[in-house]
Amino acid sequence: MPSATPGDRLFGLALWGAALGVVAVFAWLFADLARLGLGALSWDFVTTAPENAGRAGGIAPILVSTLLILGVAVGVATPVGLGAAIWLNTYTRAGGHAGRRIRLALDGLAGMPSIVFGLFGNAFFSVTLGLGFSILSGGLTLAAMILPIFIRTVEAGLAAVDDGWRRGAAALGLSQSAALAHIVLPAAAPAIGAGLMLGIGRAAAETAALIFTSGYVDRMPESLSDSGRALAVHIYDLSMNVAGGDAHAAASALVLIALVAAANLLAVALSRRLLTRRLAL
Amino acid sequence: MLNTLISAALLLSLAAPLHAAQAADNKLVLTGSSTVAPLALEIGKRFEAQNPGVRVDVQTGGSSRGVADTMNGLADIGLVSRALKPAEAKTLAAHTLALDGVALVVHASNPVKQLDDAQIKAIYTGRTRNWRETGGPDRPITVVNKAEGRSTLELFLHYTGLKNSQIRAQAVIGDNQQGIKTVTGNPGAIGYVSIGAAEYAVGHGVPIRLLPMGGVEASTDTVQRGSFPLSRPLNLVTRGAPSPLAARFIAFARSPAVRDLIEAQYFVPPPR
Amino acid sequence: MPRSADTLLEPLTAAMAGISALLLIGMIGFLLAESWPALAHGNWLRFAGLAWYPLEGQFGLAAMGIATLAVAALAILLAAPLGLACALFARFQAPPALAGGFRGLLALMAGVPSVVYGFWGLTVLVPLVARWQPPGASLFTAGLVLALMILPTVALLAHAALAAVPRGLLDGAAALGLSRRTTLLKVAVPAARRGIVGGVLLGLARALGETMAVLMVAGNVVQLPASVFDPVRVLTANIALEMAYATDTHRAGLFVSGLLLALLALGLAWFAARLEPRHA
Repeated sequence: MPSATPGDRLFGLALWGAALGVVAVFAWLFADLARLGLGALSWDFVTTAPENAGRAGGIAPILVSTLLILGVAVGVATPVGLGAAIWLNTYTRAGGHAGRRIRLALDGLAGMPSIVFGLFGNAFFSVTLGLGFSILSGGLTLAAMILPIFIRTVEAGLAAVDDGWRRGAAALGLSQSAALAHIVLPAAAPAIGAGLMLGIGRAAAETAALIFTSGYVDRMPESLSDSGRALAVHIYDLSMNVAGGDAHAAASALVLIALVAAANLLAVALSRRLLTRRLAL
Repeated sequence: MLNTLISAALLLSLAAPLHAAQAADNKLVLTGSSTVAPLALEIGKRFEAQNPGVRVDVQTGGSSRGVADTMNGLADIGLVSRALKPAEAKTLAAHTLALDGVALVVHASNPVKQLDDAQIKAIYTGRTRNWRETGGPDRPITVVNKAEGRSTLELFLHYTGLKNSQIRAQAVIGDNQQGIKTVTGNPGAIGYVSIGAAEYAVGHGVPIRLLPMGGVEASTDTVQRGSFPLSRPLNLVTRGAPSPLAARFIAFARSPAVRDLIEAQYFVPPPR
Repeated sequence: MPRSADTLLEPLTAAMAGISALLLIGMIGFLLAESWPALAHGNWLRFAGLAWYPLEGQFGLAAMGIATLAVAALAILLAAPLGLACALFARFQAPPALAGGFRGLLALMAGVPSVVYGFWGLTVLVPLVARWQPPGASLFTAGLVLALMILPTVALLAHAALAAVPRGLLDGAAALGLSRRTTLLKVAVPAARRGIVGGVLLGLARALGETMAVLMVAGNVVQLPASVFDPVRVLTANIALEMAYATDTHRAGLFVSGLLLALLALGLAWFAARLEPRHA
């Protein structure tokens, strides 16, 4: 690019300013959390069960429940979301009827309040399907919640794959499915990774939807049909419902942030691996 | 390949409910008020420790869910943070677990020591807008009210003789902790919360202060003695005759054996 | 892969896509069913009132509906430009090592629970705003907190869109001697327009549906705000605040507000779809 004009320099500064501003606010929030909760963080905190309504002891069963709920949510949303994105990208025209209807449905779902998801999840998964208050019920509700954002992100990624590659695959005589599996999906891997990250973040952060589905029980779950308290629900209870729970709420929040960071790194690493192995880039 | 694995795992885990359902005889499900839930949870854990093989599951969703679930059999026991309404009392029985007083709190920096009933009404209906009209500093009053349907609001309305549409508030809150945090963050705020929660906060250096009501000091002591005018019962409700396990649990929850748990949540054990 | 996989592919993926439509229909049906006791009485005009005192028979949703739109609008007004700026920064301005870390930070922010944002907003931001303009918990604070929450979504999706802009386009701009600022603003951004708008819409949708955080910092007083520092109640917070203790008509009334919200979100989605170009 040509050498920078004064307008360029100002623009660059504005961009730096925006980014630094965002980092600063997050650092502020993180510092407040650390100040409140770092004292309560310890190896014991992560490995023992909660006592005294969560104000003492740890969060081990809650961590396990959270991981299970996230696992179900991502495990269900990924194949369904990939399939839907593939369908939108491969079989619908950009102005076509069916595609627009589905996209409308997705956008409508994206705007539904989380508490309505929770009430619906309770009525449909817990009561109608008979799953009761369970990790499975919570995970399925969360899967429904993260579908719109996952599908939209993956679809954008699929749409960005150079048409030439698809045509090349067809010229080589590859079937649709082969082209998808070996060329298109790997090429869209970064978008899939981004979609996974956004989905995981949304799922891990969810509270209202889980209170009515996976529930409040803080015991170590023995199966997916057990009720299990998610970390975000625990944080809510400790900060808003129990007197004196602030320190442990902050500590739990720090653990949750670390968990999401780890999950995000995993998602990016997996999608990068898919990209490089398949396309030898 | 990955999808096959995931589907297999899901199918395997779905087999678990079939197996868990057989344990229904040793399981109690309690749902309802989030105010009572932490206490019920701790009592449940102690009950489980003393009765191996028994599981006590506590879920939240509010007092109205507690009532509804108990009425249609989705829960064994309901957690309700108020007295039963007459229509409910026809089919449900209430067993009081603890008492919870409700009192006004102001910011600790507010020099106002007490307010009589007329002043409270004036503040809450918006006629008095500034603390200096009650002998305090020149600061606008931030009135904090509770959301409709909550028993603390109804108690307050009943005591002051006001209707909710007459109240002019600058903030409406849901849970006690939200109320405490709102008052803590605003020197001109006044709100009403559970006495236990407020006492805990004061004891831990949070800058709020309880105001006496009707001349009676607001503390868990006066609630226990029955001299404090505003308190609500925390109830376990059942429909018809409770099952033997439920009956044992209720008896346990009302026995002196859990007194320390009740006090740890800053509620008041019911008078004997 | 055998040819037969292809014949399965279309119906299979179509079914997956159909699930989302089914979900939406199911949820709207659910909302309708639960709000029926309040709707069946007729007199739907009472939902257009400004006063919400359900225990005294007043079910006005207008003030809350307007507040919902206002808070979401403020949030997106703050988050869209800022998010785009962050995306541009990460893609074109930052040194590569920093860019990855910055995006990781954004992804992390997306994973912070709404209750943590709300808690921090209530204990840190509200008192700050209260010192400037009491009471503190207000439309303004809610807009701020929401903007923070939806920024990662907008930024990450905008970044993905910008990253997909063909290299050739940017090289062409450079060859033409365009300044860096012009290249980014007049070439890259328009080329990535569709993805950026998608990110903004998704952020807006999130803003409409956010419950917990807004509940803690918006003040929750049912009224039409006279200023941006007045407390307001949004439809989602209304449901969360009162659902736990509502019975019969009150509960049904709350579901009506949920229905209104669903219709608002759908209306927005439909309107946005009309804005998109008919061809890719």
